[in-house]
This record gives sequence, structure tokens and C-alpha cells, in this order.
Amino acid sequence: MLKISTDRINELMDAIASKMDLILPVENNGQVNFGIYESGVRVRLDALKTVKSAKDAFFPQSETLYSCSKDLKNLSVTPAKLMDRPFAVFGMKGCDIRGLEVLDRVFLSDPVDGFYKARRENGIVIGMVCNTPWESCFCKAFGVDCTEPGGDATACVVGDGLFIEANNEKGKAFLEMISEVLISETLADNCIMRDTVETVSKDGTEKTALEDDKEQSVSKDGTEKTADADDMEKLRAHKESIRRITEKLPLMSLSLKGWGTETPKDRFDSPLWEKLYKPCLACGTCTFVCPTCQCYDIKDHDDGDSVRRYRCWDSCMYSDFTLMAHGNPRTSQMQRFRQRFMHKLVYYPQNNDGIFSCTGCGRCIDKCPQSLNIVKVIKAFEKEGKENV
Amino acid sequence: MCKCSDTLIPLPGVITAITEETPDVKTFRINAPEGGKLFEHMPGQCAMLCVPGVGEAMFSITSSPTNKEYQEFSIKRCGELTNCLHGLSVGDMVTVRGPYGNHFPVESELKGKDLIFIAGGIGLAPLRSVINYVADNRADYGNVDIVYGSRSMDDLVRYQEITEEWAKRERTNVYLTIDRPQDGWNGHVGFVPSYVKELNLNAAATVLLCGPPIMIKFVLAGLLELGFSKERIYTTLELRMKCGVGKCGRCNIGSKYVCKDGPVFKFTQIDELPDEF
Repeated sequence: MLKISTDRINELMDAIASKMDLILPVENNGQVNFGIYESGVRVRLDALKTVKSAKDAFFPQSETLYSCSKDLKNLSVTPAKLMDRPFAVFGMKGCDIRGLEVLDRVFLSDPVDGFYKARRENGIVIGMVCNTPWESCFCKAFGVDCTEPGGDATACVVGDGLFIEANNEKGKAFLEMISEVLISETLADNCIMRDTVETVSKDGTEKTALEDDKEQSVSKDGTEKTADADDMEKLRAHKESIRRITEKLPLMSLSLKGWGTETPKDRFDSPLWEKLYKPCLACGTCTFVCPTCQCYDIKDHDDGDSVRRYRCWDSCMYSDFTLMAHGNPRTSQMQRFRQRFMHKLVYYPQNNDGIFSCTGCGRCIDKCPQSLNIVKVIKAFEKEGKENV
Repeated sequence: MCKCSDTLIPLPGVITAITEETPDVKTFRINAPEGGKLFEHMPGQCAMLCVPGVGEAMFSITSSPTNKEYQEFSIKRCGELTNCLHGLSVGDMVTVRGPYGNHFPVESELKGKDLIFIAGGIGLAPLRSVINYVADNRADYGNVDIVYGSRSMDDLVRYQEITEEWAKRERTNVYLTIDRPQDGWNGHVGFVPSYVKELNLNAAATVLLCGPPIMIKFVLAGLLELGFSKERIYTTLELRMKCGVGKCGRCNIGSKYVCKDGPVFKFTQIDELPDEF
């Protein structure tokens, strides 16, 4: 585990950025979003929710697939270069990391999307424990524990310390590399590197314990420092307190009964959709801020002599999404609204072992200009179900 | 499979022949620049054709996989991209990626069966691939009936091997019809659904049905009246597509993606889908 004082976070970020591109929450024009760490940026690791999810880092809002000459007598196709260098995404919350798992099942299933795969392989995800979950959060309803966000490594701020723990080999290699930079830059007086190992106790129960003889605590003058067992206890207590806050949030107890693979067959034809969709403006904001929405378009950009074919996020909420020369299977906003929620709560789970394509991040609650959101839909059907009994 | 480096990256293909089938349907023969086919496919599968700077769309591959020299696409002029394609000449290049989707079960469920092909208008294009596959493996299949109709004589896509050669073969009947009487037409006049009912077809046969949605609806109703089983009636569906591999989220009907789980469906499968296509 790496520990560094919070007043040295910028030095930690410099250390990471000296080795690879670093993407993390930064503030721009009053909005916090994931962006590249460069000089002058305002890092906002303290922000709970970025406006958009972190999916851009792996599935960019727009990316070139290939370029193509326009000469129809001599066409040639040049594929775009795949991501081939490591980069770090620091500070992804549990909901957004679950979002990546949802996207993985789409883009990494056969046939694999090479562009996404290259980013996933090169990207190092450093998750971050949520310190101040909001009232609009409901990740717990989808089985996400915001104090155990996962990723290749997990970061947590407790008091004046930032702790980073590796979750797998990729995370471990990352932490070792960063520690070396910190030590060589003699910035490591507050940096402690410590291994935790999985051990199985005699009664067979698994527990995580410190492996004392592998401690690699290093201080500025190079002398070894004893790892602070108090830190582990502080971390544990901190996570416990966050979990208690989470449990009290109003939406966390949302019930998904009657959705997923157990959805009644007549859900599609329910008259409730007609009532629910009415305020929808078809602006598509919900799909753009969503960590799991993966619909995309493929379009041309004319460069003059050549054409760049790129893909970009699209939204099932738009009227021309399914428009063909001979007609449109979804002519009304009700149909498009229904598609979005049926996809997240029914179709995706049917195709993916019951896993929902919602992570409870609550961005649609925060951002919909008409106060429509997935919670409203779930609750409306729950209410209807109770009335019909 | 495609020799493409990634499923979204196409290959350049050359138009080596263009046949004007009707006033608004042309058949394009496509080869790899170095000759031969761009990829292998099965009957019923589709591919994405693109004119760079204009657009890209999914088309059924109308030639049979038994054709070892080239692939063909019969394309009706009805939008921006198809208009542009109709303006191209032999020697012009397009990009192609595929093949995508499932295919008619020519090697399993259709084998040994009596087959009835029913097509309306451009709907003959996807069926032509199967019809010619059956022709080239004739011993593997039973009797073949082909019922094909269009609005007028001019709109009949007269694939020569079907309307001329097939009609002369044993265990094979070809029935053509047009919607309204026309000078110079001595054949049957009437819509495909009513013609199908008149023909006294074998209700134990397997049906492959393609055409405009309204025709499919009425033919299906007629076939069910005649005692045909939905389990043995196949059709192809078409929705807007961008990726071709079930990821861009565009062509789903319920949890099925037409590009990946289709385009070939049995009517028993279609009954399971929400009514949104």
C-alpha cells in the first residue's frame, strides 16, 4: 500500500504523469470532468461525481476508425492507430468502474472491438472510495459498494493521508513504478509502500493480513520505517462510516424486483410508458452522462482529399436513431423512451447473465432537465404492481 | 470470415459488372482488387457497403456462396447512398465489410426438405442466394416452388437463372405474377398473397419468405390458413445498422439484434419479439 500526505497529491500526480498520460477529475468552467493532467489544471479529486462518467477514457465521445482516399478509382483504407501506450485513469468511483464492466461485456464479447480492447489493456484504473455520497446515489441497489470500488488499484483519502492499494498485478506494478519515482525525487518522506497479502487462516476463512517481513517502508533519508498498523484500522473505520451513511440515503433501498430476467412479458406493452415519457424532451442528456450507454454512430468527416470515418456517441432518444429510407420502427418518443429503460433493465440483463446496465450513479437524476430518470421508472412500475395485487 | 483487421475496418472492393434489373434496381458484382472474392459467406448473410463521404449501409449478399468468383448485391435506389451507388460505373471502388449475421440453415434444417420460396419486389435478392445454393446442391433438397411477384413487368427482377433456367428443371416450379394487368404480359395477375393461396402448395414444405412488410403479413396469414407451421416459415428482417456486430445499439428488437441474431428468423422466433419493427 502506498500512503502519501494529501498536501503532496500534486507531487504524486506529477510522478504518475512523468511515466504516462494521467486522466483524472479536473475542473473546467465550473464543471468537473475527467481530463488530462497537465500544467495549470485544477485537479478535483474531492468531487464526488464528474458531470460525464469516465467512460470517455475507454470509449471516447468520438474517435477515428480509419481514413480512406476519396478517389473511387483507387480506394485505400488506412486503419487508425490503436492505443499502444499505458495511461492511468485516477479517481474512478465504484459506479463508473461497474460501468466499465458493463461496457466490457459489449465491446469485449465476440467479435471484439479492437479500439476499446486496446484502451482497456493499456489503461490502469485507480478506483476511489466515495467520501460523500449524494442523495441521488443508488449504487447499492445494483450491488455496488462505493467503499470497495475495485479497479487495478483503489485510492482512499482518510484525514490527511491518501492511501492507494493494489488490487491485481497490474495495479501492483503501477504502484511500484510510482513509488520508485517518488523515492528518487526524494518526495517520499510521507510515502509508505507496504505489501498486503491474501492469507488463509487455519479455520479456512480468508482474510487480508500484513506480511510484516515484506514491508518496504522508505523515508526520505532512505531509512526503513515501520508500517503503520493504525492506518489500516483508520481506513477500515473510515469505510465503515461511509457505508453507514450510504445505507441511510433515500434511494439505496430501491427494489429491482420484477426487472431483469424476471420481467413480466407484458412490460413492453404497459400503458404506464405512455404516462411516464411525456415530459421527455429527447435531449439525450441522460445517455451522454451515463456510464453504461454505449450506442454509437459511424460517420464521415471530409478532409478534402480523404475521408475520415469516425464513430461517436449516439442516443436512442433521438428520432433519427433508427430512421431508414423505408421507414422508422420507433416513430414516437414514447417508443424511444421505453427502449432506453427496457434496454438497461430488461434486454441487457437477458443477454448478460442478469446483470443490469445501470450502476446507480444517479447522473440522470442530477442532469435531466425534466426530472425524468430510471428511479422514477422503476418506482412507477413498483407502485403499479402493488395497486394491481 | 472477413480479412479485415478489425470488424469495423472495411476492405476496398472493385465493381466488376453492373446489371440493370429494373428501373430502380441494379445488381453490382464486386471483386477484391487483386481478383476473387473479398470473403466467404453463407446464404442470407449481409455486408456493409460504403461510398466514402456518402454513407454506409447493410445489404444482403445476393450471390450464392457456391459462386467462387465474385459476390453480388442487388440494390434498390431509395435513399442518398443507394442513389450514389446507382451512379457508379464498372471499375469504381467501394468499401465492403462483413459478412454479418446468421444465415438460412441450408446445411441443417432445410436439408432434404421441400422448399417454397415466396418473394415480393426486391425481396427476391436475399432469397436468390439460397435458391442458387440449392440449385448447386440440388440432390440435397426436395421439390422447389418459387413464387415471385412485383408491381409490374418492369419491376420484376429477372435473375435469368431463376426465371429462365430454373423454370425448366425437374422437381421445380417457378410462378411469376404482377399486381395489375399489363400489355405484353401473359402470366398471372394478382397480389402474391392471393396467388399463394390459389397455388395449392404443399403445407408440409418449408417456406422462405421475403418482401415488403405488408406482403409478408398477408402471405403469412394465408399460409397459416392453409395449414403451414410457423416453425417452418423463415423470413429476414431489416433495421437500421451501423456496426453489424450487435454493439452500436441500433437494430435491436427486444433483446435480439437483427445484425447479429438475424437477419434470418423463424416466425416462431418473431412471435417472441416485442412488436417494434
